[in-house]
Amino acid sequence: MTTATVPTNKIGLTKQDYVGAKSTLCPGCGHDAITSQIIQAAWEMNLEPHRVAKLSGIGCSSKTPTYFMSQAWGFNSVHGRAAAVCTGAALANRSLINILASGDGDSMSIGMGQLVHMIRRNVPVVYILEDNGVYGLTKGQFSATADVGSTLKHGDVNEITPIDPCTLAMELGCGFVARSFSGNPKQLGTILKAALAFEGTALIDVISPCVTFNNHDSSTKSYKNAKDHEMPLQELGFVPYYDAEEVEIEPGAAMEVGLPDGSRLTFRTIGKGFDPTDRYAAMKAVHEAHDRGEFLTGILHIATGKPILHDFTHTVDDVLATLPQASVKPGPEVLAECMRELM
Amino acid sequence: MLTQPATMEAVDGGTLVNDFSIEVATVNGSGSQTANIVLMRTIFQMGVPVSGKNLFPSNISGLPTWFQIRANHKGYKARKAGIDLMICMNPETAKDDVAKVRPGTLLIYDEPLKLDALRNDLAFCAVPFQKLVAAACPEPKLHKLVKNMIYVGVAAQMLGLDMDEVKAAIAKQLDGKQKAIDLNQGAVQAGHDWAAAEAPRQTRLKIVRDDKTKGQIIIDGNTACALGAMFAGVTVVAWYPITPSSSAVESLIDYAKVYRKDPATGKLNVAIVQMEDEIASAGVVVGAGWAGARAMTATSGPGISLMSEFIGLGYFAECPGVFLDVTRMGPSTGLPTRTSQGDVELCAKCSHGDTLHICLYPGTMEECFQFTYQAFDLAERYQTPVFVVSDLDLGMQNWASQPFAYPEGAFDRGKVLDEAQLKDIQDWGRYKDVDGDGVCLRTLPGTPGGKGAYFARGTGHNPYALYSEKPDEFLATVDRLKKKFLTARASVPEPLLTGPGVQRGILAYGSSDPAVAEARDLLTELHAKDTDYLRVRALPFTDAVEAFIASHDVVYVVEQNRDGQMTNLLREFFPQHATRMKKVLHYDSTAITAQTIVDQINAFEN
Ligand SMILES: Cc1ncc(C[n+]2csc(CCOP(=O)(O)OP(=O)(O)O)c2C)c(N)n1
Ligand code: SF4
Ligand SMILES: [Mg+2]
Repeated sequence: MTTATVPTNKIGLTKQDYVGAKSTLCPGCGHDAITSQIIQAAWEMNLEPHRVAKLSGIGCSSKTPTYFMSQAWGFNSVHGRAAAVCTGAALANRSLINILASGDGDSMSIGMGQLVHMIRRNVPVVYILEDNGVYGLTKGQFSATADVGSTLKHGDVNEITPIDPCTLAMELGCGFVARSFSGNPKQLGTILKAALAFEGTALIDVISPCVTFNNHDSSTKSYKNAKDHEMPLQELGFVPYYDAEEVEIEPGAAMEVGLPDGSRLTFRTIGKGFDPTDRYAAMKAVHEAHDRGEFLTGILHIATGKPILHDFTHTVDDVLATLPQASVKPGPEVLAECMRELM
Repeated sequence: MLTQPATMEAVDGGTLVNDFSIEVATVNGSGSQTANIVLMRTIFQMGVPVSGKNLFPSNISGLPTWFQIRANHKGYKARKAGIDLMICMNPETAKDDVAKVRPGTLLIYDEPLKLDALRNDLAFCAVPFQKLVAAACPEPKLHKLVKNMIYVGVAAQMLGLDMDEVKAAIAKQLDGKQKAIDLNQGAVQAGHDWAAAEAPRQTRLKIVRDDKTKGQIIIDGNTACALGAMFAGVTVVAWYPITPSSSAVESLIDYAKVYRKDPATGKLNVAIVQMEDEIASAGVVVGAGWAGARAMTATSGPGISLMSEFIGLGYFAECPGVFLDVTRMGPSTGLPTRTSQGDVELCAKCSHGDTLHICLYPGTMEECFQFTYQAFDLAERYQTPVFVVSDLDLGMQNWASQPFAYPEGAFDRGKVLDEAQLKDIQDWGRYKDVDGDGVCLRTLPGTPGGKGAYFARGTGHNPYALYSEKPDEFLATVDRLKKKFLTARASVPEPLLTGPGVQRGILAYGSSDPAVAEARDLLTELHAKDTDYLRVRALPFTDAVEAFIASHDVVYVVEQNRDGQMTNLLREFFPQHATRMKKVLHYDSTAITAQTIVDQINAFEN
């Protein structure tokens, strides 16, 4: 029997090495499309599975870490509070690559406080908010991202102003804020790769329709409405860190941002000029689009070089969890000194 | 006439030598804490056993506060009702303060308050503070602070304190701030000189130099816990400020800046993060413990309530973590600056579903240090949250103690597999009970080699850490967790037993210990009732706990809560002995006294 050559990445792993258990979500659920892109991006970015921590809260979206990278370490924690677990893991072992899957209920209601403070601390993580406007796992109640006027299946209308995770993140100074749509795999894949190349908190709000509870025409987060109202901001290009050759950027409206790991992100603006490095302009553009009933996708804001969690804790570069006893247990002379001071 | 029992006081021709209580009534925020500690420290430096308790309000400035100092030649450290010297510095409470003392009390007060008009059975000493302050200190804005030092000087003279020791105590307390030291030393001298010339003579209360505190330290339990954590190699601390626990982390921060700095880079080898709340703090502890750090948080009851969901996750997903609960008086916000043992059941069973946690109950400063240190070993050995259950009385009050012994030996990092060990294992499962003790083999995220990754979760899981809703697999998991909890009996501190071997037992834990020790002497000496005493120091209860209860006709369980929470736990684990146990309870938010225990035991037996 001849074995067909299965493509491998730079560390010799096949894409199959990045898959997880079979999904148990509803067939057609937007979340599964996101999982596929995570697998693709992790493979293309040559992530070493043993260095990856997959974290989540509770919800259909939070189940997804089971469905990718079965050789990575997973932690399906409590509803809305994976951010703190991730912060703890990052403090314990700063060499981990953290991927956090959450939902709009998980992140924008019960977990709002933790997301906000995680962004303030700039915890290194790719935070994927799988946004369907409802609580899928508890069978379809409104979430805090549901638009005014959007209805539930049985007709209830949301009357309360939604929270936009992206403008919120920009307000908080998040250095990587993106929005995508699970029906736009190419863009999502590029954003994920760029997020993996980023050093602090990268927040990606992915409109991810719930086919079971929120896919009717009167829902603004149905596949149809999302397709009709999605406004991609840019054509994104991504030059991974391992591609040594200079990639020529054609003259025109393209701009480029260098990412911390050496990768490069290029933007070719569609339509009106949009500079993702200008936080205030980005916030304005997102708000204005929302008022028009549209949602902008792409990289909304990027700012590299900000201090991250470990700069704030002023901790050593080594992995704290595995520091030898000799360096973390002061000797008897230190205790004697402390005792003398108390005499 | 004094009605105190003879053992309580050393009376020498009508003089109470090295055996009396002082109470200082001041206004919160007036800087009196320094003065009071100087007074306490001086007595300590003169070799006389002493304890100090600050009864402070939940307020930054303006509300009344009382500081109680008890000197006792026998070394009794518990709070004692009955004051021998009252220093009234707070006009607002002065009337009540005068009313509450017993006849014969010496009362030092600010002259304009005219307190001598209120009673005629007290010894009054009116001090012209304003005049003395103005003379001792030219700067009006410092008058408030200097005033406090003047009462220290007056008391020092009247009680016969050695002025050199007073000045040494000031220098110690103000550590290097020479200008402040000079000013305060001048103020005590002014108070002393005034008293020598003007104060009425008193011979009832006297401190005489002794040698009973030689080599001892003065420390509070929170500092002791901080030291325990530092020497245990804590690497991740997440916290949210709450009285009475904040000073534990604040003191750890201070120590870490000096002793947990990498000499090469000047960076810390412990991360201490002030989180947005206690939920997040617990989340960090669980996440960091999962990823292999020695992680801890310090909080009080309201924080534990918020943390309970995460603590259940830590228990079920089996993540190590240390939770220091410096208990204050609940329920709800309760009395945030008053002590209690009201979180015993909360900690033992924190979170929903069937949970049981390892709890350590320190009763001394040395145990605050040792048990916090040991909690990290237990947490990693048993892969579970471990509670150190302290309280405000231990945590925030000043206690004399023997210096701590260095915790020798290697950390117990538990059953953690590295890459090489993983290679040799054929059929690894994170939650497989291979040793039959309920404690499974663990791996840490980041371990290379392609083996050992697993999926931690708070949902039902099988031995391979895979999601499972199967009843038999769920049953096996929760039963194994119970087995693991009971296995920990081999590692937790054993209870301490003392007594002549009689049929009457007292069982207590934590900060009740000094009051129990004193109560036992009183029972023997005044009521001819001998007792055996077992001090429980941990959950799970070891065999020695059961043996003690089983071998006594009656066991008085002393605790500082309303419902007898420890008794409830003991009755749950030892239902066959349920009726032997009688609850002796104190829960008015003050620290327990020996007399309370004596009175309740006598009431049971009459
Ligand atoms: C403390 C707590 N409260 C409530 C729940 C119930 N609960 C589970 S998932 C969920 C909402 C999930 O919504 P979302 O995060 O949007 O995820 P989705 O299922 O839509 O992907 C809720 C309320 C819970 N698990 N824990
Ligand atoms: S209920 Fe909705 S969110 Fe949940 S799996 Fe089904 S489609 Fe997806
Ligand atoms: Mg949702």
